[in-house]
Amino acid sequence: MKIMNMVGAINDALDIKLKEDNNVVVFGEDVGVEGGVFRVTENLQKKYGAERVFDSPLAESGIVGTAIGMSIAGLRPVVEMQFCGFIYPAMNQIISHATRMRNRSRGKLETPMVIRMPYGGGINALEHHSESMEALFGHIPGLKVIAPSTPHDAKGMLIAAIESNDTILYMEPKRIYRAIKQEVSEDKFSIELGKANVLTQGKDVTIVSFGAMIREVQKAMVMAKEQGISVELIDLRSIYPIDRETIRNSVKKTGRIITVTEGPKSFGLGAEIAQIAIEEAFLSLEAPPARVSSYDVIVPLPKGEHHYMQDAYKILYEIEKIVKY
Amino acid sequence: MFEKYNPINKLMFQVIDNDGKVIDKKLMPKVSDERVLKAYKDMLFARTADLQIVSYQRQGRIYTYPPNYGQEAISGATAVIIEEKDWLVPAFREMGAMLAKGVTLKELFLLFMGYEDGNAYKNANKVLPISVPIASQLLHATGIGYEIKYNKKKELVYAFVGDGGTSEGDFHEAVNFAGVWKVPVIFIIQNNQYGISTPTRMQTASDSLAIKALAYGVKGIQVDGNDFFAMLKVLEESKKACENGEGPILIEAVTYRKGAHTTSDDPTKYRTKEEEQEWDKKDPLKRLKQYLIDKKLWSEKEEETIIEDFKKEVDRQFIEAENYPEYKAEDIFKYMYAEMPQELKDQEHRLKEFYRWKEERVSQTSKK
Repeated sequence: MKIMNMVGAINDALDIKLKEDNNVVVFGEDVGVEGGVFRVTENLQKKYGAERVFDSPLAESGIVGTAIGMSIAGLRPVVEMQFCGFIYPAMNQIISHATRMRNRSRGKLETPMVIRMPYGGGINALEHHSESMEALFGHIPGLKVIAPSTPHDAKGMLIAAIESNDTILYMEPKRIYRAIKQEVSEDKFSIELGKANVLTQGKDVTIVSFGAMIREVQKAMVMAKEQGISVELIDLRSIYPIDRETIRNSVKKTGRIITVTEGPKSFGLGAEIAQIAIEEAFLSLEAPPARVSSYDVIVPLPKGEHHYMQDAYKILYEIEKIVKY
Repeated sequence: MFEKYNPINKLMFQVIDNDGKVIDKKLMPKVSDERVLKAYKDMLFARTADLQIVSYQRQGRIYTYPPNYGQEAISGATAVIIEEKDWLVPAFREMGAMLAKGVTLKELFLLFMGYEDGNAYKNANKVLPISVPIASQLLHATGIGYEIKYNKKKELVYAFVGDGGTSEGDFHEAVNFAGVWKVPVIFIIQNNQYGISTPTRMQTASDSLAIKALAYGVKGIQVDGNDFFAMLKVLEESKKACENGEGPILIEAVTYRKGAHTTSDDPTKYRTKEEEQEWDKKDPLKRLKQYLIDKKLWSEKEEETIIEDFKKEVDRQFIEAENYPEYKAEDIFKYMYAEMPQELKDQEHRLKEFYRWKEERVSQTSKK
């Protein structure tokens, strides 16, 4: 075991896969010499050479499009989008090709690749550096979308993603890149994709969240506990596919569900999960599913971001409302 | 000029050398001594502001900032030539050109302190806000150029991008469209040698960035972007060409980013001290200053005095920005649509309800 933060854990997962599988290549903007703007790929070029870990020209569509070709031909590319807000030029390649190639070729061609992308706000960043557009990606048929909330999960999920034969968008909550440290095994291990994790057992209300928001929920849970409210916290881990079973079992127990997400409200992940709760546990529900989300607005620049972001109080507000319903 | 300096000939246009000496008088742009001196002072102001912003950032008084340090002559020359009727489409290292258009330093401070209000440019028209997604703004420049041509206006568009931006599809599309439509757009690539950590040679296998112009069928030229006079001359000729319907023009201005990519970046990771020192010899302000001193238009003493004045002015505007009113909740909603949909009104209402609840809750907790 070794104490790791999320940056270190992701680096470790890449290191393990680069060492083990010669078909794994890592590339993107500034990932080679510099080791990434967040240092996630630090030292990997030194260790594995510039043919396997390299800086691409500055073009997101180029990065994802060439990764598609590489993966069809047999490599396993792990590419980086420098920030969530810069992935849009690559959307054409993701939507038009990466997620269609298997279906289009009736299973003959596959695009096993991982697109790593830091996402989320709360870091006082410039425009286009704080988005959390999981719903946009979850809506793309053929794409798997996952997001860890701890260093341990970050490592195990990335290893599973690289070994998967699907195209996977791996969303990294950059706000907690270095904020959480924990003991992580130095050995290779993987976490089954598509499985949520019940972080805390509770009986009054279920909260479903993922990524950097987990910590905010945990802060709210401390305040809720003071009032005798017991929260069951589910870390979704996989946005697509969603683990319906874990949600169902929890809602059947608590009868109440709140989702906590960073993205805009309308057509968001919260609505999807609420619908699952209704479909799977309608007769157990004691209150309408509630959502804590952002608003249907552009992520404000730092001075206005607190209006937009979720914090412990916004979550507590909904917890109190739902238990009193 | 565009014939002799056709990028195929691999020549870089220069007017003064590293010591500020004029290489060939015939190449000098038409500009008075007074105007040159003013341009120099403006560049010095931009540099003073830039260095000061980096120190404000270190003090935690402003967020991430992308310095212009070392690239001032490109904006400095643009500031001389751009007119009120013309459009400026910046990337994010064009402080001098933005100030020339009437954007205030305070507004730039506001932006980097985290207020969108810093993009609202109270006294400047025909300036687009800083564009963070690389090269995407160039297509807007081409679109503006189309409107100018469509309405037979006598306007020009000055559009900026970095060397890294030339790798994006949008760069190609913007110059290609502009070439097809023959619109009056001057595309200026600030080749500062690095896209964050990635050197220009890893962006393209082309001999230069200027040579890409040939593939689009437009005029292109490579110019020493640290040579104020060369830059101004090329802009003069580009302007003339555009006015004669020979636009668009693609300019590669060769320069060096003396500072970091942004205040979050650490250039020691990817470049050497020796390289930085080599480029120090070509510093645009140093060269222009020597030219002015040689012509007895300027002195070290005057420079010292004016820098002190500039520092005070920068600080004054910075403190004004620091005292900017609080960011109100309604300001995240009200500019989203021409008319706010009911859904958004409801969301705003719920946020305010939450704030009332929170205020009560926090005061209760503190009473306990």
